[in-house]
Amino acid sequence: MGGNVIQVVCVKRVPDTETRVKVASDGRNLDPAGVTWVLNPYDEFAVEQALRVREKLGAGEVIVISMGAAGVQTTLRNALAMGADRAIHLRHEGVAPDSLEVARALEAAIRPLAPALVWLGKQAVDDDAAQVGPMLATLLDLPCVSVVASFELSGDAATLEREIEGGREVIEVRLPALLTTDKGLNEPRYASLKGIMAAKRKPIEEFAVTPGAPNIEVTALTLPPPRSAGRRVGEGAAAVPELVRLLREEARVI
Amino acid sequence: MSILVFIEQRDGNVRSVTRELLGEATRLASSVGGPVTGVCAAAADPGLAQLGEAGAARVLLACHERFAFYDGEGYAMAVEAAVRDVHPKVVLFAASAMGRDLAPRVAARLGVGLASDCTQVGVEDGALTASRPVFAGKALQRVRFPKAPALLSLRPKVFAAVSIAGATAAVEPLAVAMAGPARARVTRVAAVAGGRLDLTESEIIVSGGRGLKGPEHFALIEELAGALGATVGASRAVVDAGWRPHHDQVGQTGKTVSPKLYVAIGISGAIQHLAGMSSSKCIVAINKDPDAPIFKVADYGLVGDLFEVVPALTAAVRKLNAQT
Repeated sequence: MGGNVIQVVCVKRVPDTETRVKVASDGRNLDPAGVTWVLNPYDEFAVEQALRVREKLGAGEVIVISMGAAGVQTTLRNALAMGADRAIHLRHEGVAPDSLEVARALEAAIRPLAPALVWLGKQAVDDDAAQVGPMLATLLDLPCVSVVASFELSGDAATLEREIEGGREVIEVRLPALLTTDKGLNEPRYASLKGIMAAKRKPIEEFAVTPGAPNIEVTALTLPPPRSAGRRVGEGAAAVPELVRLLREEARVI
Repeated sequence: MSILVFIEQRDGNVRSVTRELLGEATRLASSVGGPVTGVCAAAADPGLAQLGEAGAARVLLACHERFAFYDGEGYAMAVEAAVRDVHPKVVLFAASAMGRDLAPRVAARLGVGLASDCTQVGVEDGALTASRPVFAGKALQRVRFPKAPALLSLRPKVFAAVSIAGATAAVEPLAVAMAGPARARVTRVAAVAGGRLDLTESEIIVSGGRGLKGPEHFALIEELAGALGATVGASRAVVDAGWRPHHDQVGQTGKTVSPKLYVAIGISGAIQHLAGMSSSKCIVAINKDPDAPIFKVADYGLVGDLFEVVPALTAAVRKLNAQT
């Protein structure tokens, strides 16, 4: 591969994993009060891998893209501070649309860029849908490998591995392609002070987007019934016979 | 209303989660009408007629040499062709490695919504609804489907299979037009050492955390897991420390699990870990800190030094195994 190789990384702003979920007054969405927002953890692996490809090639451009309200610009700056070159903000206020509408908005923005690689995290840790990557690949008519655990680029092809139940699939793909990243693919870098300063001057292009009618509707968000604390069986190894008896006779799980 | 089920096979064997899907499809069919049709992509018939016993009236088989391994694009074409043939109201996939990759491709091809990783499916006022965990189980989202067909992937080990003695499914060929080789091509499948079960498919999980003090002490966890016939899991702390591989991680940036027995050893119970395992049917916590948050979700808590308790527990389970 040569020339100006474009890579696009799609990122999402999500609540930190330490968030205690509270339901908003509409009964359907997360109450955002007091939530700490972060770059989706799986997207960090996507940003990192794109940067490594750019560094290996010694050329090219990494463009990060995100959809949402004004706050996503903070998330885009995080990715720019890691080393991405520029950003695109697909501005949309209010409740996030469903995965297919997100994929359609991303498709419209990404298609004109003709990227060699499109990267996403394997899923966002808020809705856990794991849909946008394969949907976007289908819309862009790109080959797709999801949940990538290892990646090796050689020329205009790549060898990948993805975890499946009880094993790993080894996959060959020719670029351009869309890949979604799993934890373990790499160790994402921390933004340096220099990177954070540089990110402030990097451009963020902004476009307003209007999603179409919903393809799936959320009617309620509820908290699971709280699990009541069970009993203390006892202390130390002396309590083991009683624990085994309870598991066998009461819980009947062994 | 007819129901289409994606029949998942690997190496010519139908995966057991498929029977769970057919079980749920059979129950749905009794309340909203059938029939239950399967669609399978494979290099050769993996014995689909037998799926009559699991609830399939017929199965459409897309046979192609490309389908010796999983082929996302080709499989999506096959399922789309089946949808256009059968006109189902509902299409079910497993929320497995394959189903989670395939279902969104099919949804995009059809231009419809998809509910991933559902743990409950129902009918309200004649309309299909589903519940699915979000935030790794910290909350449950209820959804409905404004367009047809409704696409759902179902979490493994949640839905029960059915058994209809003596029934056979009619197997019919399904034509799929594909040009050339797959653009993303699986060249081989490397088995994980020991052929262990995936955490999401395990009945019993024994997980270890930072209380183990070092990766070498995971032998204690492995021995207990061996005695219980369990799969080994781990907390994020020990995965991030490099003691265990990522595929062992239970929690919000790992796997969400609901085994019948979850044993948490030396795990304090960070909120992102609790999210991933608190839907387990029975939870045992072993921790030296009596105030550890893990005890708040445990059915049975044992306060003590894991280096004494775990070997004693392993010995007790082995003794039990020898008796029965």
